[in-house]
Parts: sequence; structure tokens; C-alpha cells
Amino acid sequence: MSEQVEHLIRKEYAAGFHTAIDTETLPPGLNEEVVRFISAKKNEPEWLLEWRLQAFRAWQEMDEPDWAQVKYPKVDYQSISYFSSPKSMADRPKSLDEVDPKLLETYEKLGIPLHEQEMLAGVAMDVVFDSVSVVTTFREKLEEAGVLFCSISEAVAKYPELVKQHLGSVVPQKDNYFAALNSAVFSDGSFVYIPKGVRCPMELSTYFRINEQNTGQFERTLIVAEEGAYVSYLEGCTAPMRDENQLHAAVVELVAKDNAEIKYSTVQNWYPGDEEGKGGIYNFVTKRGVCHNSAKISWTQVETGSAVTWKYPSCVLRGDNSVGEFYSVALTNNYQQADTGTKMIHIGKNTRSTIISKGISAGRSQNSYRGLVRMNPGAEGARNYTQCDSLLIGDRCGAHTFPYIESKNPSAVIEHEATTSKVSDDQMFLCQQRGLDAEKAVSMIVNGFCREVFKELPMEFAVEAGKLLEVSLEGSVG
Amino acid sequence: MLTIENLCARVEDKDILKGLNLEVKPGEVHAIMGPNGAGKSTLGSVLAGRESFTVTEGEVRFDGKDLLELDVEERAREGLFLAFQYPVEIPGVSNMEFLKASVDAVRKHQGKPDLSSVEFMKLARETSKRVKLDQAFLKRGVNEGFSGGEKKRNEILQMMLLEPRLCILDETDSGLDIDALQTVADGVNAMRSEERSFIVVTHYQRLLDYIVPDVVHVLADGKIVKSGDKSLAKELEAKGYRWLESEVA
Repeated sequence: MSEQVEHLIRKEYAAGFHTAIDTETLPPGLNEEVVRFISAKKNEPEWLLEWRLQAFRAWQEMDEPDWAQVKYPKVDYQSISYFSSPKSMADRPKSLDEVDPKLLETYEKLGIPLHEQEMLAGVAMDVVFDSVSVVTTFREKLEEAGVLFCSISEAVAKYPELVKQHLGSVVPQKDNYFAALNSAVFSDGSFVYIPKGVRCPMELSTYFRINEQNTGQFERTLIVAEEGAYVSYLEGCTAPMRDENQLHAAVVELVAKDNAEIKYSTVQNWYPGDEEGKGGIYNFVTKRGVCHNSAKISWTQVETGSAVTWKYPSCVLRGDNSVGEFYSVALTNNYQQADTGTKMIHIGKNTRSTIISKGISAGRSQNSYRGLVRMNPGAEGARNYTQCDSLLIGDRCGAHTFPYIESKNPSAVIEHEATTSKVSDDQMFLCQQRGLDAEKAVSMIVNGFCREVFKELPMEFAVEAGKLLEVSLEGSVG
Repeated sequence: MLTIENLCARVEDKDILKGLNLEVKPGEVHAIMGPNGAGKSTLGSVLAGRESFTVTEGEVRFDGKDLLELDVEERAREGLFLAFQYPVEIPGVSNMEFLKASVDAVRKHQGKPDLSSVEFMKLARETSKRVKLDQAFLKRGVNEGFSGGEKKRNEILQMMLLEPRLCILDETDSGLDIDALQTVADGVNAMRSEERSFIVVTHYQRLLDYIVPDVVHVLADGKIVKSGDKSLAKELEAKGYRWLESEVA
């Protein structure tokens, strides 16, 4: 795909007209023809088209969920364009000089190297930049280990059996409104396959892939870890991501076979809208993993972006002795709204789950934790521990907790702890009396509050996440 | 070093300080004693710039600067240190990280370069030994789960690292056993120098056996009603504050 795009872009650039590219963008609207068009554009096999159509038909019968603690104007799904080829070179900024200085300032604060800034800001680059060689080395190392890591479109073409076997096996097409929409029109995403007994030799990051192409607003990720395999996957980026698409509905599916372990870390920093709450991305994500016997799935997320977040990374603990973990920091500022949490479905015996959720609300934002712990009748000896802490900054924001606990097995043990606290005047005074300014004081207190979650992040990510909180909290004091 | 003239301050609608005068010269140790509710702790908070206190009248000059014009953190960076009576916890923020950030902030203000992490850790470990605080406390959250005595030692540790020019100790002796009291006093005494001054706020004479003051003041009803040398503290101990009330009247 990327080569095709590159080719197209070059051709178009050489020819000097860009109307040709425009015909690659579908007019707004969603119907069966659109689904067929997307599938055809991607040269997909018949089964996948059929799969998409099933999802689309189901979606048409479904209603948008309204139970979350978020308010936003109704999305007009017919006003969205569901297929567009990447921006032509001519439309992109030619250098960082043409990029919004405010955005650059943030990049600066996060310490992002110049060439990465260019990539993130979508600067047109004729010269292929340094990290390509890194990507190549990276690829070779993975191949040696037998790890498959590519875009999902590429996987459909190259490994159709693997995709067919697992796609929708964890999040079925009809799972929910947004998952159905994604299944019908997904643009692209990542595919990871770790063979039996293999420990992936490095942390996999979408960053390396996004360099190649824009995955768009309906991202689809599938990670399969065979028996005894291990992989740590990093999604997202601490840099603020701008996107013209207001609606994002991604689906992530994880399959951890017997004794496998998947660690999935996310830093989400989509554009949250301005200080008045204008603009900003709606992020409606379905993430779920299934654990077979003695397998483990660990979700760690740091959510600071988006105007509206609707997201519940979940674990289905199907196999005996399997383990699910959810570590989350969700920070909302200004007019942001987040309704996020997890579901731990205990099916197997002696399954264990841990939920640590840290919600931080500042400005006029609303931050909700919503979590389900379900012990099925067969979940003999299962255990859950949930700790759910909220921190308020200022007096115009809100924090809400909606825990759902269902236990159908008397031997199961469920613990739930919840706290709500404020950044206290005493804490601020102590910090300032020791010479720290108010912003540094708040970010330090908030980072301390999130420590239990940050320590679950890969080292580099943890440092960046700390800085990210600092930047996201700007203007929340004084 | 510090000149306070006719300082009046209130919290909410209550006048607490009602025309307080005080002059502290470099190298001096001043003890402020007085009955409960006299405004002893308020004085420390007002000097440090706590927001909930409003200065209604008066002037405070700190090394020639108008102290009341400065923000809390600016006062701290200028070398004013307040050791708290009830040090607050900051969960999850390691003591080491917190100490480094504050030392960096103060050094930056003084135009000095940041200490490297290695240099700082060495310094912090050595200093914690001097206040008999186990090194494990450097890794723990700021005051998180510390006992009363450990919190106070931690305050003295911060004071030693920041090397302030004016140290205000707000009832640092409260809740300390005799050994901890000795350690705190040793820390303070080790820091005494010709350039550094102390204001020791205390309810009891006991602390002043360990930290011998140059001047003792009695604060009552928002004013300094009597000043004298260290023998005044002994006299107070013997006769109680009531004796003063009759004397002043």
C-alpha cells in the first residue's frame, strides 16, 4: 500500500495536477457501495468483503450507545467520507515554518527531535529520513525471530488464513455500535503474530509503522501470541496528534494462547479541542483480549487527549489460571470528557485480575471510571482487585465512578477500593515553600498520584508520559 | 536581615496579627513563645506567603526586599525556609525527586548550575545520615507513612539541603521524643552561622535548652508583648503566660 501511495504521489507531483488524487476520495456518505468500494480499493478477498458487509448490515440495525457519562452533538455518519487517500505533497506544509507555532511549542516541550516533528506535523518530505534505516534493521531482527509485524492490509494479502482465523474472534462484528462501524469500514491498522514459544526481541511500536502511512480514523489492530509467546506492544505517541477526522472508532483484538503474554501500552494524545472546548476528537474505541490457559494480558493506558473518550480495554479470562491487568491514567482538562475503564470477565478457574485506575480531572472536564468485574459460575477461586482513585484539580470539574460487580461463583473474591482526593492547598504550599512554581508543583503531585500506573509502562514511555501530563495540565492552575 | 513593622494579618474574617514588630539580624536566633492562639504559627505562614492569610497592614523587609511583594516560591528561592508543624504527605512523589526539584529551583535562582543526579544523591544520603533518617526514606513518597518524628527530621533534612538564610521553625518540637528533639536541635545548631538567622516558634521552653536563643519574644494577642534574653524563657516556664498578662496590663 505504502509503495502504491508513494508512487501515486510522485506521479501526481511530476505531472503537476492534483485533481487525479481527489477522485481517490469518496464523497461523504455510507452505504453498501461504499463498503464495497473500500474493499475493492484494498484488493480484498471475497470473504473479507462479505465480513464487512455483515458488519455494515448489523450496524444499520443498531443504535448509538448513550449510557456513557459524556455529552456531544449527534454524529452525522452520512457526512463523513469513509475513504480518502493520503494528502498530496502539494497540500502539505512545506516546512515546519508553515506549521502552527503552538503545536511546535508543545513538541519542543516534549523534547521531540526535529525530524519526528516534521513527520508528526505532516510536513512533505522528499528525502527519506533517518529512521528508515532503523526500520530496516528492526524488520530484519523481527524476521529472524519469526515475528510478523505489518499493516493489516498487508496481512490480509500475505497471511489470509491467520487473519481469517482471528479477525473478529475477540470483538465480533456486531459487538457494539462502534465496533460494527469499524468492522464495516476499517481503513488499516497493525497486525502482529508471535509464533509459539517466541519472545519478541523488542518492543513493537506503531510509531515505526505510522511513518509509512496514515492509518486513518477507523484503525484495526490484531495481535496473536501463540503458546508461550511474549510481546510488548506500544501504541500511540506522546506528541499531540492532529487529525481532520473528528470521529475515531478503532478496534483492537488480542489473542493470548496458552502461557502467552501480551503487554499492550497506549499513550493517547489526540487533539482535545481548544480551551473553550471547540474541536477535538471523539475517540470511541473497543479493545479486548482473550486469555487462554495461564495466559496474561496487561493493558496500560495513559489517556490525555481527545474531546470525548469512550474506551474500555477488557480481558476475557477464558483459560484456567489466566491473568488480566488494567492500569490506567486518564487525564481531562478544559472541556474534555472521558468515560473509560475496563471489563474483566472471569470464566476459567483461578483466574486473576487487577485494575488500577487513576482519573485526574482539571478545568471544567468530566472524568468517569466505568468498570465491570464478572465472575462466571465456572470461575472457581477467581480473584479481582480493583483500585480506583480520582484526583480533582480546581472546583469546576467532575469525577465519577461506576463499578459493576457480578459474581456467580461463591468462591470468587472481589475487592474494590476507591478514593477521591484533591490537590490540597497544603501540598501546594509545601511545594511552593520549597521553591517550586505552581505548575511544577501540580505536575509533580499528579505524577506521584499516577506512579503505580507509570511503573507499568516501558521505561522510555514512562518518562515521556510524565512530561505529557505536565504539558496537558498547563493552564489548570492559577 | 528581617525587619517586621506593624504587621497586621487576618485569616478569613479574624484578625490574628495586630501590629507585630520584630527585627532579626544576621546570625541571630530568635525564639517566639506564647500561649495558644496568640498567632505564633500565623507569623510563619504570613512570612512564607500562605494564600489563606491576608496582610492588612505593615511592612516586612527581607534583606532590603519587600517580602510581601514576592510569591511563595520567590520567597523560598530568596532563602526563606519554613519548617512545618504538620508536614503534609505527597503520595507517590519520591522524597529524593522532591528534594532534587527544590534544590534545583533554588540553585537556579541563585544562578548556580543544577547538581548532577549522582552528586545530589550523594549529598542527600550524607545529609540524611546527619538527621538520623534512614536512606530508605529518600525513596519513599514525601512524608508518606512517616511517623511524626520522621516527618520533622525530614523537614530538617530539607532545610540542610536548601541552605536557607532565614529558617522559621514552626513548633518543630511538638510531638517529638527527647532523642528526636536532640537530633533536630543538633541539625539546627550545626547550621548556625553568622549569615544565617533563625526564628524558632515554640510553645515550650524545653527546645530552648537545646537551641539556645539570642533573643526570646513573647507573642500574645497578635503582638510581641515582651522581649528578653534566654532567661525570659525560663521565667515563663516557671511563672506561666498568665504572669505576663498581669505584667503587661
